[in-house]
Amino acid sequence: MRKRMVVVEGSYAVAHAVKVCKPNVISAYPITPQTHIVEDLSQFAADGEMNCEYMNVESEFSAISALIGASAAGARTYTSTTSQGLALMHEALFNASGMRLPIVMTVVNRALSAPINIWNDQQDSISQRDTGWIQLYAEDVQESADMTPQLYKIAEDEDILLPAMACMDGFILSHVYEPVILLEQSLTDEFLPDYTPEFVLDPKNPMSFGAFADPSTYTEFRYKQEKAMGVALKRIEEVALEFSEKYGRYYGGLLDGYMLEDAEIVIMAMGSVIGTIKDTIDMLRKEGENVGLLKVRSFRPFPADEIRKALKNAKVVITLDKNISVGKNEGALCTEVKACMYNNRDVLAPVIGFMLGHGGRDIPVSTIVKMINKAKLVEKGIFIESEFADLREDLA
Amino acid sequence: MSLLKPGHRGCAGCCDALAGKFVLDALGEDCIVVSPTGCLEVFTTPYPESAWGVPWIHSLFENAAAVASGVEAAFKAMGKMNNTKIIAIGGDGATMDIGLQAISGAFERGHDFTYICVDNEAYMNTGIQRSSGTPMYASTTTSPAGKVSFGNPLNKKNMPAIIAAHGSPYVATASVAYAPDMIRKVKKAAQIKGPTYVHVHAPCCTGWKFEGSKTIEVGRLAVETALWPLYEMENSEITGVRKIKNRKPVEEYLKAQGRFKHLFTMEGGAEEIKKIQATADWNVKHFGLD
Amino acid sequence: MKLIIKTVAKPGSTRANKTGAWRSFMPVFDHKLCSKCGICAIYCPEGVVHKLENGFFEPDYEYCKGCGICANECPKKAIIMVLEGK
Repeated sequence: MRKRMVVVEGSYAVAHAVKVCKPNVISAYPITPQTHIVEDLSQFAADGEMNCEYMNVESEFSAISALIGASAAGARTYTSTTSQGLALMHEALFNASGMRLPIVMTVVNRALSAPINIWNDQQDSISQRDTGWIQLYAEDVQESADMTPQLYKIAEDEDILLPAMACMDGFILSHVYEPVILLEQSLTDEFLPDYTPEFVLDPKNPMSFGAFADPSTYTEFRYKQEKAMGVALKRIEEVALEFSEKYGRYYGGLLDGYMLEDAEIVIMAMGSVIGTIKDTIDMLRKEGENVGLLKVRSFRPFPADEIRKALKNAKVVITLDKNISVGKNEGALCTEVKACMYNNRDVLAPVIGFMLGHGGRDIPVSTIVKMINKAKLVEKGIFIESEFADLREDLA
Repeated sequence: MSLLKPGHRGCAGCCDALAGKFVLDALGEDCIVVSPTGCLEVFTTPYPESAWGVPWIHSLFENAAAVASGVEAAFKAMGKMNNTKIIAIGGDGATMDIGLQAISGAFERGHDFTYICVDNEAYMNTGIQRSSGTPMYASTTTSPAGKVSFGNPLNKKNMPAIIAAHGSPYVATASVAYAPDMIRKVKKAAQIKGPTYVHVHAPCCTGWKFEGSKTIEVGRLAVETALWPLYEMENSEITGVRKIKNRKPVEEYLKAQGRFKHLFTMEGGAEEIKKIQATADWNVKHFGLD
Repeated sequence: MKLIIKTVAKPGSTRANKTGAWRSFMPVFDHKLCSKCGICAIYCPEGVVHKLENGFFEPDYEYCKGCGICANECPKKAIIMVLEGK
């Protein structure tokens, strides 16, 4: 049966996906470019299409805090934010993960101030890397929507119980109109089981949440969070396959390859830039160049083993980062890909890091071709460790 | 037996433990307690132990009201909101300083919950630093009395008035030294629909520097000198006041505590005490305490 | 080993911690002076002053920290604080 496609805004597709996951509590604060998601959800609530409490809170900090309470009370919870809002949540993100509350949040990726900028890069979610949240990055609108039930299923797994971020590039995905298949309620009901945690706030079984852990107990909380991320590594793959069986769509689990098998130059990236890279590869392949793509879908947990396996035949690896660790002159993907290879000499390919697309700067095919050309110079002994790929000479 | 179980690590004579006990005496088993960071949170729940005999959650320092509102929303959404009372119990710092925004949001949204501020007038858990609940001329570790200072130079923030301005249906002040009054007010606050507030004066023997046996005595003096008026407000109107018989001069309250000792030894201290007396006199007039 | 740590603590489990060991002064209740008003029980921060079957009150010395509030508040002065070990 051919499924009906509709042309909708990315934010609507995501809001609709949230609706069919039937969250009990949604709590959010408006911030560009996340606004359309919460507006659409508010409308669903106003039209009686959602059986949930929609909370208009006074800040992102209270948005996530309210969900901590709601999740501990046994509710399925959702919020969405971006950039400054995500940064404001920072303290509570650690708390949600440490308390093992499977909150799902769409992060509509946007640059951080200063200078203030509302456009896309991934500095916001990358900066929350160590908060203990699962982070998946979507390539297009359909994947951004489809990630939502996948993440609930992963986050709420009783051997995981970690909060999760579905990261989608601001404007590029949130505000674009694309033909998509809206998630069917009936399929989602079959795909996503109810959330039935073992412990909830309940006067009939009065447990204490968020106790004070001293040096004799604290370490094991961290250890078990890490172990849960290890379980998530498997579940992300499995759930992507289960989703594919049910809905007929697949975007990779932890990673996804494109023209990867025989590629000598492999580009690694996350998010909406994947589409441009695929176009570039199609073009270069016609010219006989062995270029391929390794899409990183899961940044946390970080699939180190799978990356090493996927890069076995690579001669040069290029990483693309829409973020920078200022003072390291590298983006996070570059640093982590290099780090995961060092102790395991299966992969000997050098890694070149490119930072680009900051604050919404466009990434055209020409920029990607330029990077590939620089990667070819490695053979001739000219090696770049890491650099900005799209600087304006007149301002730099 | 109290629902706040013994074995907790509160100081001998702890006002917070008393406040926690009175709150649970008022509410019984069918409640959920949210605690922000603070003494009460730390000394009752050293993992894997907990003194709480009711469901309890601690998240962070500044978000108790938001967490409580989320619990309430979840209970409503899941049809579990029968008679269960949702309560946040925070200290003066968590309430009047760092948590003020979340409290304002939760009261404005109108959640059905009760926020109880247990006000011991400084950050006791971190070692007696000044908060906006610290009264004028109290010596704390960050507003110490010194050669050129009488201690905290600022007046205490009027938190009940701020909450009342949100249109809360019930705001009351209470004191751990007046247990039946406090228990009655907490019970009433919990029974009234909507966001309600009880501000409890809680003398801290460690921070205020008096013997642990004097916790109740010092609390009583605050009320008897009119420095801590006991009143109730319904929909922003004062509806109940505890009158004072034989009002005492503020010196009796001040001299009972080490944190005001400098006022009796420093030159000019007597003049400054007059300012504190003026605050008490204003309370008497404003609330009609005589 | 279960992968999920129990991030929750059991209700009332601080009872494992016998705080009576903190005490330097011990409250001694004189039933001859006691009027059975129960103020000692109300204001015990540990909640461990119990009413006996005969209507008098006694603290649970396993947990009593010896703060002395009960003695200070007793209207009949029926509770005295005695140095531990004497």
